[in-house]
Amino acid sequence: MNSSNYIKIEFPSKSCNEAFARAAAAAFATQLDPSMEELGDIKTAVSEAVTNCIVHAYPQTIGKVSMRLRVIDSCILEISVRDWGCGIENVGQAMEPLYTTGGDDRSGMGFTIMDSFMDSLRVRSASGKGTTVTMRRCISPRTGRR
Amino acid sequence: MNINAAYSAGRLTVYLVGELDHHQSRTAIRSIEELLDEYMPRDCVLELSQLNFMDSSGIALIVKTGRLMKEQGGRVWIENPATQPRRVIDASGIDRLIPVAINK
Ligand SMILES: Nc1ncnc2c1ncn2[C@@H]1O[C@H](COP(=O)(O)OP(=O)(O)OP(=O)(O)O)[C@@H](O)[C@H]1O
Ligand SMILES: [Mg+2]
Repeated sequence: MNSSNYIKIEFPSKSCNEAFARAAAAAFATQLDPSMEELGDIKTAVSEAVTNCIVHAYPQTIGKVSMRLRVIDSCILEISVRDWGCGIENVGQAMEPLYTTGGDDRSGMGFTIMDSFMDSLRVRSASGKGTTVTMRRCISPRTGRR
Repeated sequence: MNINAAYSAGRLTVYLVGELDHHQSRTAIRSIEELLDEYMPRDCVLELSQLNFMDSSGIALIVKTGRLMKEQGGRVWIENPATQPRRVIDASGIDRLIPVAINK
């Protein structure tokens, strides 16, 4: 019997939930015994994905954000962040470094950071319907630990 | 997050302490703007050794500080970033724009 572990959390797109989402993801990831560096990378990627929902998906309103984490093959962490907001018209363009619609409060580096900190990144979006960002990170078993 | 500052001989050192994300960044940028207005420093150092976490909101804050200092004819650099901020700085390539100094 090997049913893999998962959690699903739903919260409103309020910026105070950014820190909560990071902490929740880190707490779930702990079962894979990640290094400090891996934990930092996971928190960073979650922060980017969740902040995008709060800033871009629902610019004028508060909407629903859902974050799902699961363990695959007992060593891969999959993180999925979903919103039902405005969507992205051109995903390829949005993922380019420095591309932003957020003015000088933003740097346009969110997707670039998710991409470089995770092993895989997939973005599915439909204009007016919402966006789902799915990322995976392999947590290598640490040698020499007890 | 907390922001502490020390000024001496034209140099303002801004210590960012805690976690810097989108939720915190508006207040943080405002504090830095106020400090720059108050001291009008020649050099501004962003000291990140006690910053436990930052994401791309931190990159935007660093770029903004750089622009404000450039307008005043001054310089900005980052000092002693902790591990996680360092990785974000590296991934963003911001160090091509704003130098990173490590002082031990
Ligand atoms: N969930 C989303 N809903 C709608 N648009 C999005 C979403 N996520 C990203 N985008 C669009 O993609 C662009 C690029 O996103 P990215 O995270 O790379 O940069 P940013 O958010 O603009 O800046 P930064 O992340 O550096 O603060 C955004 O400016 C926005 O136009
Ligand atoms: Mg972003």
